[in-house]
Amino acid sequence: MTATAAKRLSRINAINWNRLQDDKDLEVWNRLTSNFWLPEKVPLSNDIPSWNTLTEQEQQLTIRVFTGLTLLDTIQGSVGAPVLIEDAVTPHEEAVYTNIAFMESVHARSYSSIFSTLCTTRDVDDAFRWSEENPMLQAKADLILDRYRAEDPLMRKVASVFLESFLFYSGFYLPMYWSSHAKLTNTADLIRLIIRDEAVHGYYIGYKFQQALAETSPAHQEEVKMYAYELLHELYDNEVKYTESLYDGVGLTEDVKKFLHYNANKALMNLGFEALFPNSVTDVDPTILAALSPSADENHDFFSGSGSSYVIGKAVATEDEDWAF
Amino acid sequence: MNQPAALDTEPAAGGELVYFSTRSGNTHRFVEKLGLPAQRIPLNRDEPFLRVDSPYILITPTYGNGHLKGAVPGQVIRFLNDEHNRGLIRGVIAAGNTNFGAAFCLAGRIIAEKCQVPLLYRFELLGTPDDVAEVRKGVEEFWKQQA
Repeated sequence: MTATAAKRLSRINAINWNRLQDDKDLEVWNRLTSNFWLPEKVPLSNDIPSWNTLTEQEQQLTIRVFTGLTLLDTIQGSVGAPVLIEDAVTPHEEAVYTNIAFMESVHARSYSSIFSTLCTTRDVDDAFRWSEENPMLQAKADLILDRYRAEDPLMRKVASVFLESFLFYSGFYLPMYWSSHAKLTNTADLIRLIIRDEAVHGYYIGYKFQQALAETSPAHQEEVKMYAYELLHELYDNEVKYTESLYDGVGLTEDVKKFLHYNANKALMNLGFEALFPNSVTDVDPTILAALSPSADENHDFFSGSGSSYVIGKAVATEDEDWAF
Repeated sequence: MNQPAALDTEPAAGGELVYFSTRSGNTHRFVEKLGLPAQRIPLNRDEPFLRVDSPYILITPTYGNGHLKGAVPGQVIRFLNDEHNRGLIRGVIAAGNTNFGAAFCLAGRIIAEKCQVPLLYRFELLGTPDDVAEVRKGVEEFWKQQA
């Protein structure tokens, strides 16, 4: 890998998108570019009346949560995604990381749009000061930045996927909670755009991780896997403390923890590893899940629901055009 | 990563699984964990077209950006456009990610509607052990009901 990076520094060839080594690169590039958005598109000012219904404590919690998310997006935009460029195995993969890096900067910037629309400068300045002094938030940043400096490119991807697919979720919980109570709904719309982006980021970095892992020796594969579960445990322990420090005051800690378990499983799966937490501790409040995905909590699958309402009809003819909505 | 899943398993009474999985292999991994007889819809156009001979449950990932267009993978569309194949589908299981909001497992809903079969189950990414257990049990009972 280091040799490849050195080679790249001495010579860069023009990128040819019509000659792909991995068609996943183009697929993900297309997904990311068609998902492009800016905070200016979301009518955040419509949330001002709703913001004013929150208590002072709830407002402070919300600003702190968003400041914590801003820190993670800043890390990912300025360090996390750029370091992956050096490990890329195709020029198209490099280009995808430049998109990821930029979108992380858009995410970080969008929290400031929320702040300037809803909050006073003093409250926001207080929250940024809080973020610099909060030991759990700083520990989270340190744990990740330390891995980004690791020798092994596989370790960097593990840390990156945990940031994208796990660490954000103690924060994402709150706007989903407000949304489920019909509060800050425009802010929630913006956060959903971020959540959608992070899913593609976690999926793609996890995919590249799995490709690279398959190339190494079984012994090294085992080592990386152990490392991944260890890091997850370390991050999880810190995340639980961070969650308690934020949410104990509003009584939401236990449900946020379930959301952490649920997303930790998804982060592991993005790396191709088995889920860790059983569904007895991932049963997030259905209204939160519904705020995330309107149909997700409906118990309407045949296997999990009653299923009796299904009538199996006669299949209709389908042509290519039928599927092109 | 790309070997066929569990083809040596005894055929289940009633039917089998047909699935599609991209190079990421998430759905393939899920099917492997099920350990039930399964055939994979080919990834590339130059591979031989898959024609099935008995009733089956289709397992598919959801593609795209949360838009209706492109949610069902092209390879699955080609497979289902074949009248013989389409006539044998009995149910669909879809993979997705709740991060995509309303589009979560959209491919499953589209196929269920188009082919008039039930959406049996939805899971995320490569599925948790709980998902695997539930689908294994559900599939078995489903074929019993169909018999």
